[in-house]
Amino acid sequence: MQPRQKGRILIGKPGLDGHDRGAKVVARALSDAGFEVIYTGIRRTPDEIAATAVQEDVDAIGLSLLSGAHNVLFPAVLDALSRADLGDVPVLGGGVIPDSDIPALKALGIREIFTPGTPLETVVRAFERAVDEHKKSLL
Amino acid sequence: MPLPRDCRALLDEVSAHNARALGRAITLAEEGGDRAGELLCALEEIPLPEAATIGLTGTGGAGKSTLAARLIDHFRASSRRVGLIAVDPSSPLSGGAVLGDRVRMMRHACDKHVAIRSMASRGRLGGLSAATASSARLMKLFGCDPVIIETVGVGQAEFDIVRLADLTALVLAPGLGDDIQAMKAGLIEMADLLVINKGDLPGAEALRRDLEPIARDRGRALLKVSARDGMGIDDMTATLDALFCQASQSGALADKRRRASDAETLDWALELLRHRLEPIVGAQGKALRDKDPRVRAQMAIQDCFLSL
Repeated sequence: MQPRQKGRILIGKPGLDGHDRGAKVVARALSDAGFEVIYTGIRRTPDEIAATAVQEDVDAIGLSLLSGAHNVLFPAVLDALSRADLGDVPVLGGGVIPDSDIPALKALGIREIFTPGTPLETVVRAFERAVDEHKKSLL
Repeated sequence: MPLPRDCRALLDEVSAHNARALGRAITLAEEGGDRAGELLCALEEIPLPEAATIGLTGTGGAGKSTLAARLIDHFRASSRRVGLIAVDPSSPLSGGAVLGDRVRMMRHACDKHVAIRSMASRGRLGGLSAATASSARLMKLFGCDPVIIETVGVGQAEFDIVRLADLTALVLAPGLGDDIQAMKAGLIEMADLLVINKGDLPGAEALRRDLEPIARDRGRALLKVSARDGMGIDDMTATLDALFCQASQSGALADKRRRASDAETLDWALELLRHRLEPIVGAQGKALRDKDPRVRAQMAIQDCFLSL
């Protein structure tokens, strides 16, 4: 019998950064962990990511960014999500992000930030917790 | 604003073009169970606007998603609201899936008149998922006409889409086998329209020549297109329009929709029974494990009906 899927996750790459190896590795790990992962492809605008999250009714969103523009683009995606009435969907981020930037991003509402070298297991567990909480909030 | 919990109220939001309500309603339909039952009962009460469903099927890599994006361009040019359901396979090992069809159609992401939904097959064979048909109805309620349904990348015998959609195009591409492949039974004789995509690549013309006698014998339209540069797309949409008109006038469309409804009913009956049968089969003690599976199946069905 086929195992049940655990939830739906959007993996998005905002901005002009074309380095998508990390996003794809995380997408595959989440799929292997039983999630349905919707991948947007590279160079998406915050509005495109929000509109996709609306249509796909996802339980969590992962943003990957390696260009250094995270302090601009992560908050821009959060804004787009709240304009789309999706302020309650947990957002996790990853990429080349200096430790000194992490507290401010978390304060804005990014739930977790994963930097290079984070074990996939850690990323998967964090998404599991985020998806669980979001699903419970809908009951 | 939070979405209404009540199914009827949620569906009212869907008909008022609330994209978030459509997304949630499709999730409920997909999850199955009692809420799905409630939602689909409520959907029954609402008259749906008339809308066409178009199936796109073919092997993985034939260009179905890129072609779907082109079809959306075409229908948007005449201001029609378009729905697209893109099905990709679920992993039988993890239950998860990577749904990547949207990558080819992101130019439509912010268009409020385009509803795109990626779906995983969730264990269903046949190229679709169990909730595809209900999701297509939800998109009709949202005002989509047509609703395009893109199957998982299929082999030769995944026919579900041909039953479900009003018209189905089989998308082929050069380089995937010789004329012997084209002679085989299967999808190639079921589809309404044979579309050779990647028509700009070498081998496309040879494939067209291979397929021509088969298309002619079966009275099927055969077209060469290139989804990448847009070649032949107008031809394809004109052919779809003509076939649709013909089928509506001859009554073939009404027949087909009746058969689709019967087939979907049987699928649901089997699906609902599956949930009841699984625990019974699991509980058949050690004594029965060595018996022939067909014998065990009959006993399980008897037990199931006794318990109803």
